[in-house]
Amino acid sequence: MTTTADHRPVALSAPALKVNGEDTAIGEVAVHTTALDWLRDRGLTGAKEGCAEGECGACSVLVARPGIDTPTEWTAVNACLLPVAALDGQEIVTSEGLGSPASLHPVQEELAVRGGSQCGFCTPGFVCSMAAEYYRSARTAPAAEACDHEHGPNGFDIHALSGNLCRCTGYRPIRDAAYALGTPVADDKFAARRLAPPPPPAPTAMEVAGSEFLRPANLDGVLEVLADRADAQVVAGSTDAGVEVNLRGARPALVVAVDRLAELREFEFGADEVRIGAALTLSEIERLLDGRVPLLAQMFPQFASRLIRNGATIGGNLGTGSPIGDMPPALLALDASLVLVSRRGDRVVPLADYFTGYRQTLKAPDELIRNILVPLPLAPLTAFHKIAKRRFDDISSVAIGYAVEFEDGVIRQARIGLGGVAATPLRARATEEALTGRPWTERTVREAAAVMATEGTPMDDHRASASYRSAMLGQSLLRFYAEHRAPEGVRT
Amino acid sequence: MSQLSERPRQAIVGLPLPHESAALHVTGNALYTDDLVVRTKDALHAWPVQSPHAHARITSLKVKPAYDVPGVVRVLTADDVPGINDAGVKHDEPLFPTEVMFHGHAICWVLGETLEAARLGAAAVEVEYESLPSLVTVPEAIAAGSFQGTGRHLNRGDVGTALSQASHVFRGEFEFAGQEHFYLETHVALALVDEAGQIFAQSSTQHPSETQEIIAHVLGVPSHAVTVQCLRMGGGFGGKEMQPHGFAAIAALGATLTGRPVRLRLNRTQDMTMSGKRHGFHTEWAAGFDDDGRLVALDATLTADGGWSLDLSEPVLARAMCHVDNAYWIPNVRVDGRIAKTNKTSQTAFRGFGGPQGMLVVEEVLGRCAPLLGRDAMDLRRRNLYRPHDTTPYGQPVRHAERLEACWSEVVETGEVERRRVEIEQFNATHPDTKRALAMTPVKFGISFNLTAFNQAGALVHVYKDGSVLINHGGTEMGQGLHTKMLQVAATTLGLPLERVRLAPTRTDKVPNTSATAASSGADLNGAAIKNACEQIRDRLARVAGGRLGISPGDVRFSEGVIRGLSFEGEGLRWEDVVNDAYHQRVQLWAAGFYRTEGLHWDPVAMRGEPFKYFAYGVAAAEVEVDGFSGAYTLRRVDVVHDVGDSLSPLIDLGQIEGGFVQGAGWLTLEDLRWDESDGPNRGRLATQAASTYKLPSFSEMPEVFNVSLLEKAHEDGAVYGSKAVGEPPLMLAFSVREALRQAAAAFGPPGTSVVLRSPATPEAVYWALDGARSSGHRAEQLETVELMRSPAGLSGV
Repeated sequence: MTTTADHRPVALSAPALKVNGEDTAIGEVAVHTTALDWLRDRGLTGAKEGCAEGECGACSVLVARPGIDTPTEWTAVNACLLPVAALDGQEIVTSEGLGSPASLHPVQEELAVRGGSQCGFCTPGFVCSMAAEYYRSARTAPAAEACDHEHGPNGFDIHALSGNLCRCTGYRPIRDAAYALGTPVADDKFAARRLAPPPPPAPTAMEVAGSEFLRPANLDGVLEVLADRADAQVVAGSTDAGVEVNLRGARPALVVAVDRLAELREFEFGADEVRIGAALTLSEIERLLDGRVPLLAQMFPQFASRLIRNGATIGGNLGTGSPIGDMPPALLALDASLVLVSRRGDRVVPLADYFTGYRQTLKAPDELIRNILVPLPLAPLTAFHKIAKRRFDDISSVAIGYAVEFEDGVIRQARIGLGGVAATPLRARATEEALTGRPWTERTVREAAAVMATEGTPMDDHRASASYRSAMLGQSLLRFYAEHRAPEGVRT
Repeated sequence: MSQLSERPRQAIVGLPLPHESAALHVTGNALYTDDLVVRTKDALHAWPVQSPHAHARITSLKVKPAYDVPGVVRVLTADDVPGINDAGVKHDEPLFPTEVMFHGHAICWVLGETLEAARLGAAAVEVEYESLPSLVTVPEAIAAGSFQGTGRHLNRGDVGTALSQASHVFRGEFEFAGQEHFYLETHVALALVDEAGQIFAQSSTQHPSETQEIIAHVLGVPSHAVTVQCLRMGGGFGGKEMQPHGFAAIAALGATLTGRPVRLRLNRTQDMTMSGKRHGFHTEWAAGFDDDGRLVALDATLTADGGWSLDLSEPVLARAMCHVDNAYWIPNVRVDGRIAKTNKTSQTAFRGFGGPQGMLVVEEVLGRCAPLLGRDAMDLRRRNLYRPHDTTPYGQPVRHAERLEACWSEVVETGEVERRRVEIEQFNATHPDTKRALAMTPVKFGISFNLTAFNQAGALVHVYKDGSVLINHGGTEMGQGLHTKMLQVAATTLGLPLERVRLAPTRTDKVPNTSATAASSGADLNGAAIKNACEQIRDRLARVAGGRLGISPGDVRFSEGVIRGLSFEGEGLRWEDVVNDAYHQRVQLWAAGFYRTEGLHWDPVAMRGEPFKYFAYGVAAAEVEVDGFSGAYTLRRVDVVHDVGDSLSPLIDLGQIEGGFVQGAGWLTLEDLRWDESDGPNRGRLATQAASTYKLPSFSEMPEVFNVSLLEKAHEDGAVYGSKAVGEPPLMLAFSVREALRQAAAAFGPPGTSVVLRSPATPEAVYWALDGARSSGHRAEQLETVELMRSPAGLSGV
């Protein structure tokens, strides 16, 4: 099987990237080769493989990505999930590049002197995640009352380390190191680098041993490939595809990268809707929204980890059609729609209709998610609940999104999105019906909670029992009510 | 004060130094075994063929299709083994099995030019199985009478009589889960063969000598033909005490057969599905209390889930039985212990080594019974603490038992426990959907290997002509800071600044016949051996220096690189000058050190004696908040006072206490090993075999406030420079978290509610506990149940 010449992106040069300041050819490696393995094969063994699925962060490295506060931002990502081909034309820094034993970087210095490393295996990954937060332009000392055990007096947000696991220290010295960090000195070269633009998106074409990695220059190029090749694997942040490669031996013949396409990275907070480009990462969306969609603002910190959110895109999250993602229940409650695009044109699909079966969606093989649309105005009362074993970086047993509107003292409309209780994310229609038209009272909620506990078809697995999942549905509604008996600013 | 424990002036031990490799760690320059592969030319990569059955006979093994995969170089099978086809010391672990004993059992190994080639080659190997019946749970094994090794019995006093005469008797059954080590660095070995056919194996191992011995017996060569080196480990926690040997043997066998270096590194799922874990236990207990709330009898049957082979299950069980008392005086004790044989990974050493499992039983007893006795759990625990002159159920005096009360009262004071308990009560009265609780638990943990012979260590110390010092010892570095402490010990003994001393990687050709770096004993044993070696050199140099200073060698003192008389006055002699003189006087400048722990004796059959050099003590207070809607909880505050003797290295010890605590909390609350117990096609499969499904503590689980202090005036007379072991004991301080969760769940019910809490106490487990408490009846009904439980008929036959 070959690809036609007309859609093949024209690479300007042989695939290469800048590693710790040095231009390095990617060379003749299998196209599924991860950035981690590639770095390690080059002797840069600081980044480690701890889990190969983006859960432990031992492989974390810094990538120079387009910024929001500055032209470039140092962004920590899991090198174990990214194919090195996806870094063609990019610029990365590893723990070795940040400092040396003779000249430690401030982050390295704080970790070293405070006992932040014991076995040291997770440490280079922590260093990179911590350095990214160190260089976050908006990190400034907050008011004293804004400091808590998750936010340091230097503005350090401990969620920056939510994707890094340490088995030795118990984390306290790492937290202390993070909260002791000052601001970069005037001649800090990594701080200075933020002020120049990031490497521009460059087309990539790699073919090795019959497998291809393509990064077309524009959306038309992608759509052409998708029209021709039903077997093409679309990849954005690769946080899901990378796991398939590493743990399940997936070796797609053709990978098409879309995460840097300008057409998929638009963002507009309009009068009638919020339009979110599918290739924006969850971290970018969180910051672009800046709390303006409270339901999503509540969800983001609970979604996987910062490392994953730095790579994962909203389009990718919906594209996989997973039944247990945190995003779908939230977007279902927000009544979101998707814009699907193909050479045949655009179409708008309500998210509630999008999921058709276990990892099945309405999206045709030649289609791509272009935008996510969230209608405005937002419902006045919203919430996101996630049930999981661990608060940071866990997959939910059950996830629930709420959006409730009132009129004349009764519930005019309730939208409740559920994840983890069926083969697809779904709306809790029976519960919504039990709430609609009724007053916002304990009695209403108790009766609706009994209905909600029967929604979906939860199963037993290693995350939770079916009975717990069902109980959590009902309890979630009770909690929602308990927290919003008399919702502030909401006229019921 | 003993000569071993006495500290000189200007001691380097006791200084709060960062880890000796910290600068290498943070820059990514520290080398781990797998980092060596890129520096090794033409290494082959190994991949296992794993069984998809919990128990099956292999009826056919066709490896030829693997050779059709490009890049496959060799498939290793039982036919290739020149020596003994066994990976363990009990000779019950065939390296290449004919009968697979657990889901994931490695049948053969494929070597490829790349890892990808080896992986594809393994997928091409054709295996046929005849499925056999399997036992996956401990109750299944008990029902089938499937046990292994030797059962043990521990007895003191007359449990039957004491229970029949006790004012209050309770009994219960409690099954709790094991724990995956989840060292961040998975098992890895890299083996080379030299021109004479000798093996050099780099291995991530806590026990290089045993790795060496297993490689030797698999290859059928003497031990001197095998050298094992461990640079450092990316975590061990006991998981690399026994388990690395077989993997290193595979690499060594492959290197021998192909003449090329062989790298064997497990990915996370292979590691989790193939290597042993902490033993889960099934326990049955009966406990008697008097009217003052004092324990008068404990009768317990402990069944450890040993998995498919014996491994370290016997000593793990022995330690569990020796710790069933934890820190409490119980006059009448009977413990029956046995090891179930199940079709699971071979469960093995894990930080605490059975101690946590034994201690969990008595903490469960106290946590369950306190409300039934109408007593505050904190008071119940405190009144039962060991006191001076008490002895353990196996007959060892509890020396320094007063330190338990000292730790307890310090935690109460510095942790503001009484004030906070009032606040918690007020909070709970006004928050129907959220409850808080504070629990305190003690730790008493015996230090030394139960098996007396293991309590020995060696060291090799070189002083070069320029005065620089190189130390070798038998212990391995897994992050616990052993090497940092050993550098401090050497610098202290030689009276040198720290930077004059360097430490070489652990190698079996430098120090032979070493014990595992385990049982928290690394610093005690190796530190004493290094001290011994350094003293030999120092004493020789003292004679040289004494001659130059015109004083008796006995009056020569070494401090900060200068050698002076007893007064420490005058310019003195520079260390390097005395060393140079000594060389020219043909004085030996290196020494081998040795240490054996004195005063230990243990009868493993009678379960009597004094197996431990001393006990480490500690007390923790943990405060939790539980959400009544979901069972989710946060750990609001932890206060710890722990006894590390006179600390060798306070920053290292603090790290061990904090890290051990959080790891223990992970075991008890979060880490949820799930095996497929169904009769379906995946029976016996580990369902939580990756980081995405097996959750260890992250930042969100660390205590919001975490105060740890070291018990002061805690000199330990019998150990190196007055210190105590610290690796394992703090793990068990985390019982306080489990007990706080139990109390918070109970707070959702009426006063006096006794809560059944699964272990691990995941949010789901806590939810069911509090849901049960919420819907539980009146306290009077519970007491009726207790009366029924007291019927004498119910006591027989335990």
